[in-house]
Amino acid sequence: MGLKKGKTEILVAGLVIGIIAALLVLFGNPVNMGFCIACFLRDTAGALGLHQAANVQYIRPEIIGLVLGSFLLATFRKEFSPKGGSAPLTRFVLGFFVMIGCLMFLGCPFRMILRLAGGDLNAVFGMVGFVCGILLGVFFLTKGYSLKRTYQLPALEGRLLPIIQVVLLVLLIAAPVFIHFTEAGGGPGALHAPIIISLAAGLIVGALAQKTRLCMVGGIRDVVLFREWKLLIGFVAIFVSALVCNLIFTAATDGTYFTLGFAGQPVAHTDGLWNALGMLLTGFGCVLLGGCPLRQLVLSGEGNTDSAITVIGLVAGAAFAHNFGLASSGEGPTANGKIAVVIGIVVVALIACFNTFRKDTAKA
Amino acid sequence: MKLLDARGLSCPEPVMMIRKAMASGENAYQIVVDNPTARENVTRYAVHQGYQVSAEEKDGEFTLSITK
Repeated sequence: MGLKKGKTEILVAGLVIGIIAALLVLFGNPVNMGFCIACFLRDTAGALGLHQAANVQYIRPEIIGLVLGSFLLATFRKEFSPKGGSAPLTRFVLGFFVMIGCLMFLGCPFRMILRLAGGDLNAVFGMVGFVCGILLGVFFLTKGYSLKRTYQLPALEGRLLPIIQVVLLVLLIAAPVFIHFTEAGGGPGALHAPIIISLAAGLIVGALAQKTRLCMVGGIRDVVLFREWKLLIGFVAIFVSALVCNLIFTAATDGTYFTLGFAGQPVAHTDGLWNALGMLLTGFGCVLLGGCPLRQLVLSGEGNTDSAITVIGLVAGAAFAHNFGLASSGEGPTANGKIAVVIGIVVVALIACFNTFRKDTAKA
Repeated sequence: MKLLDARGLSCPEPVMMIRKAMASGENAYQIVVDNPTARENVTRYAVHQGYQVSAEEKDGEFTLSITK
């Protein structure tokens, strides 16, 4: 296995993913939101009626594509492997609070990069918090944190989440009355690229991420832990190519895809402290989960049911966030959201402690 | 030769395991992993540390022999 080849692969994949993310905005997605795993899972939760925030309801084909792209390539490469059983309920809870952190900041780590590439300096605070959260997680990893091993499972178990994505695609296209879609002009949920483009984008990015193991959290984690730069190259490549595309599109079209500054950024707020704390919670939780929300979707496609449970935790977190007023808006964070983030940091820290310093009584 | 069982563990745990083992300063290790990501990551780490790695696959499990 060529180590250099791996780095070139992820560099190219990152550049392609950055271009695709920028193109999705050009084709209709909200600005700085070519991809956002947190926002898109939240929109999908809304479309299914799991929350009633009418401005963020749409079955996002990008999510469907990411899971299926990973599933198809993993199957083709004989890397599909149904497994699970590594502390699934703990992972659900971690996923839940990772989403609470994301919706405080208004974006997952992937969108954080895209926000930076769109000139949104609020994401710098998010990045600071994100790195701090990762360092917290790394501290526990070095002390022996583990959610213990997975086990082989029947094939159907690993295929269920990809099958659910196919069902979601049917619901999106058929659009029965019980599925909620944000009305035109009604908010970010109404802003989206055509289904076929979003789906294709998801499939390509899902396959690229499966091949390269791209992970926003893993990039920083591996540099800190092992001085290993491979995953971080993907992270930086996405930023660079999305930035260049945004600048080109701003110069070449009537739209504005790059605005440097803090105020008035699309689907963002300017509260630096809570942007940082939201992403601290996200970074911390994701290290304990072994990967960012994008990576969880990709692993789900590979048959990892622990990651599938994490994705369901993310969806549940999104539904709670909007049902109980925890999610921020362009106006800023809510009081409930701040309380939830603090609770989240405490819960994640407790999970980290219990799975690091416990005395094993049960034999594995 | 130190033997390590990292089956079922997801990254970065297998790499943490080999890193911890390497702190003992032995010249040869054998680690069993059961997913390609762990195989790639452990291999990359060991090569960076100046070791040579050879892999054997059997029934979806990879036995990595790591030597100085």
